[in-house]
Amino acid sequence: MAFFEGIKMTAGYGDGPDIISSCNINVNRGEIVAILGPNGAGKTTAMKAMLGLITLKSGSVCLDGEDISKTSPQDRVKKGISFVPQTRNVFAELTVRENLEIGGFLREDGLEGMIKNIYELFPILNEKQSQIVGQLSGGQRQQVALGRALMSEPSVLMLDEPTAGVSPIVMDELFEHIIKVKKTNVAIIMVEQNAKQALNISDRGYVLVTGKNKFEGSGNQLLTDPEVRRSFLGG
Amino acid sequence: MMDILNALTVLINFTVIPALTYGSQLALGAIFVTLIYAVLRFANFATGDMMSFGTMFAVLLTYYFQTTGINFGFLPTALLTIPFAIIAMIIYMLLIDKFVFSYYRIKKSPPVQFAMVSVGVMFVTQAIIRIIIGPSDRRFIDGEKFILKANEFKEITGLNEGITLKSSQAITVILTLIIVSIMFWFLNKTKTGKSMRAYSDNEDLALLSGIDPKKVVMITWIIAGILATIGGVLYGLDKSYRPFVYFNNMLPIFAAAIVGGIGNPFGAFLGGYVIAFAEIFLTYSYKKFIMYVLPEAFAPDTMVQAISTDYKFAVSFSILVIVLLIRPSGIFKGKTI
Amino acid sequence: MRNYENVITAYIIMLLLIICVGLFQSWSIALTILNYCLISAVMTIGANMQWGYAGLINFGIMGYTALGGLAVVLVSVEPVKKAWQAGGLNILLSMWVIIIMVISIRFILKKFNKTKTRSLGILSILIFGIYLIRSTATPGIEAIEAVDPARYGFLGGLGLPVLLSWIVGAFFAAGLALIVGKIALGLRADYLAIATLLIAEIVVSIIKHEEWLARGVKNVIGLKRPAPYEIDLQRSEWFIKIVEKINLGKLNLIQSISDRQDALKQMVIDASSIYVKLCFTGLFLSVVIILLIITQKALYSPWGRKMRAIRDNEEAASAMGKNIVKEHLLIFVLGSAIVGLAGAMMVTNDGLFTPGSYRPMRYTFVIWVMVIVGGTGNNFGAILGGFVVWFLWVEAAPIALFLINIFTAHLPATHGLKVHLIESAPYFRFLLIGIGLLMIMRYRPQGIIPEKIIKQ
Repeated sequence: MAFFEGIKMTAGYGDGPDIISSCNINVNRGEIVAILGPNGAGKTTAMKAMLGLITLKSGSVCLDGEDISKTSPQDRVKKGISFVPQTRNVFAELTVRENLEIGGFLREDGLEGMIKNIYELFPILNEKQSQIVGQLSGGQRQQVALGRALMSEPSVLMLDEPTAGVSPIVMDELFEHIIKVKKTNVAIIMVEQNAKQALNISDRGYVLVTGKNKFEGSGNQLLTDPEVRRSFLGG
Repeated sequence: MMDILNALTVLINFTVIPALTYGSQLALGAIFVTLIYAVLRFANFATGDMMSFGTMFAVLLTYYFQTTGINFGFLPTALLTIPFAIIAMIIYMLLIDKFVFSYYRIKKSPPVQFAMVSVGVMFVTQAIIRIIIGPSDRRFIDGEKFILKANEFKEITGLNEGITLKSSQAITVILTLIIVSIMFWFLNKTKTGKSMRAYSDNEDLALLSGIDPKKVVMITWIIAGILATIGGVLYGLDKSYRPFVYFNNMLPIFAAAIVGGIGNPFGAFLGGYVIAFAEIFLTYSYKKFIMYVLPEAFAPDTMVQAISTDYKFAVSFSILVIVLLIRPSGIFKGKTI
Repeated sequence: MRNYENVITAYIIMLLLIICVGLFQSWSIALTILNYCLISAVMTIGANMQWGYAGLINFGIMGYTALGGLAVVLVSVEPVKKAWQAGGLNILLSMWVIIIMVISIRFILKKFNKTKTRSLGILSILIFGIYLIRSTATPGIEAIEAVDPARYGFLGGLGLPVLLSWIVGAFFAAGLALIVGKIALGLRADYLAIATLLIAEIVVSIIKHEEWLARGVKNVIGLKRPAPYEIDLQRSEWFIKIVEKINLGKLNLIQSISDRQDALKQMVIDASSIYVKLCFTGLFLSVVIILLIITQKALYSPWGRKMRAIRDNEEAASAMGKNIVKEHLLIFVLGSAIVGLAGAMMVTNDGLFTPGSYRPMRYTFVIWVMVIVGGTGNNFGAILGGFVVWFLWVEAAPIALFLINIFTAHLPATHGLKVHLIESAPYFRFLLIGIGLLMIMRYRPQGIIPEKIIKQ
């Protein structure tokens, strides 16, 4: 039994067709799991289903052994699941510090200490703490987004394409940060386009095709699997 | 030297003081409009009538207090009634929100639909006001009328021109500054205020951060109710209370909010003064002023007025149109709080 | 034809309501209401074109209505010769200055690139031009307004037939809409609403305060009519005979000749007012029918389909190469022209032009309620909305009074609450309209007659 798992999830938008069907994903604390696959494979949908942004037609989602399939996304957030959307993932008109404070909105105490921890994790945020986030660079914004999500001290962190639209150098830096986060005993699920790099830092990976699990295994396994290489990693 | 001082006195007495007063009243209304726009995301066409609604309670309570002999010393009795009026106003606003606006919020209706709904609210509010208090003009200020009279000023300074400062004017400016400072402190320094700003900036992410949208909406109506009531009462103390005038005030208030960048409270605050000063400076007759500044030979024989006072409202609307043309986001860049 | 059943039922109910007013109040009131219903219907056709076909919010209806009314004065009133002699030249001169200013500024805007010098140049042209206008116009205006101020004090009009002014009114409104459209149509929906409302306020305040133009708040009374006058009717043989014939039964019951004479006189007076109103009804009805035919044809033409496509999905339509800005401007101008026509009709019906009465409540928001209530996007709905809302707007007070009397029947006539309520009966119309609007928006957002039913 994994810490956070989606079991045989089937879901779609409204009355439309199922985007994912019988899809299984799980992650343990201190582990990074990458969800890969071609465009339209249902990667983001799978993640949204685990967060509760779309309702499951069948299957279930469990956190630490408890079935949370029926809970609202807000309540899942309270239970320790944090989500960083792909776009609009920061409060662009607020300062860096205010972004972190809002991230810790549900905390009853220890706000200052947690902000300090985030600053240690992302030193650049300390430097820019009173700047408006809208004025920061793309990479810095992503760090704010990560920082905001970590403020609630989540047990599960879900990242939707954290490196979309940033330069390769910034991407490496971000992945380093994600590894640092993992070391604080957080379970991390991320959807990624940059499959190779993502698998390099991931403990395990899932490859989804048309909403179904096609391959899964450890990062290295997938990286060396000839079929995965051919179809998704570009040879 | 004396002449220059006299000229300045004229200017302060006839333009600066009235503009500051009027600007404060507009500013409170404009912040009200802008807050609703930023958090609830629609242009509230019931603005003027909501202000009127709160003021109505203040007027009625003032009459009641006067008959029971309660007063506030040299200050107008109306100030005592404000807290009660605010409570009545907030209750009304929350009821309206519950029975009218919340339905469209849950449905995520487009802003246009909200605006039309607010027109419906405008009609209903106007009806309630007129049925309760009637359409006539009412003055409800009591206590000391003047802080400084023109004659006293002349005696003290020895100038030819005097400055008159009505207590309603002083109260308006001071109270506005206090209320607005408290509001900005609330928005920028408190947890709830920050959550309001976050909600206004990025609703989805605010929800993911655990912010309760119901609470944000409620707080917004409460702040809006406070601003609207105080703004309305101050306007009524300074001029008079008449429902039709309050409805019409919606227009310069909108102008102020948009000029300042709708959604931006600080912009709305300044926008109120921009509109007020523009209106008064452009429609003021500078004849007397010029007579002091220039030698006698140049004394003008006309009023030296840029635009006739008939067009007082038209000035602010023209400013708005120009701003919309050149910089639709407003002078101070709007959108969120 | 099944689709039309609802429409026909709705219209029959409306007609019955008006007939009820005729039976219980008086036929004269019923006809007045009917005429205003027809005028409102024209306005809603215009507003519905902008909102229903194209999704444009025009809260400036008031301004176009007022311009239409102004056209009636400027076209039909006899010119005031003395005023023209006193100051006409100055006014014409300043008109020329304005034209030259506009042309030169446009020229500069086109020919030169955006620089500080250009802005300064435009600014100086503006300041110099305004100075020039004021110095030429002011003496002229003063002279004009001094000419017999109790009766004239303005330039008068052209002395042409009043029906012509309806067309001119439409053109006036179209001209204003062209300017407003160029300025404001790019704005977001709610900004557009506010901007159009404020521009309309500017227009009305100009009409109100430029007394040399149309007497401003002093009003112009005794305007020409496209129908006979009551006094003339009461004196004409044929009319009296007709009235006598119709009422023969009643008249025969009266014994004494003098009583009979008096009764006939009263009947003639009543009948003359009804006859005049019927003339107006005929005119207005023809306008409504012509407009309905044209707009109905337009709505189901390829052009109408294109407009609705743009309304429903601007991005897709523009991707398909439709010029949205141009189409929006066109429809904005057309819709406003119809509203201007309605404004002219209304002033003709009243026989007087009262700029002070143009208020946003009555001439913008009530019209909008009509559009929403009737059903956006279809003309039958819009017209019905005009009828229903105007009917309620007028009849709300009597209905409220009736209800108040029932509910307070147990209270003595001098009871404070009762007196207060009876005094405030006129304001129940706001309540009724407001609640009606909120109810429709909540439970029948498509309006009484939804667009879909009409679609073939």
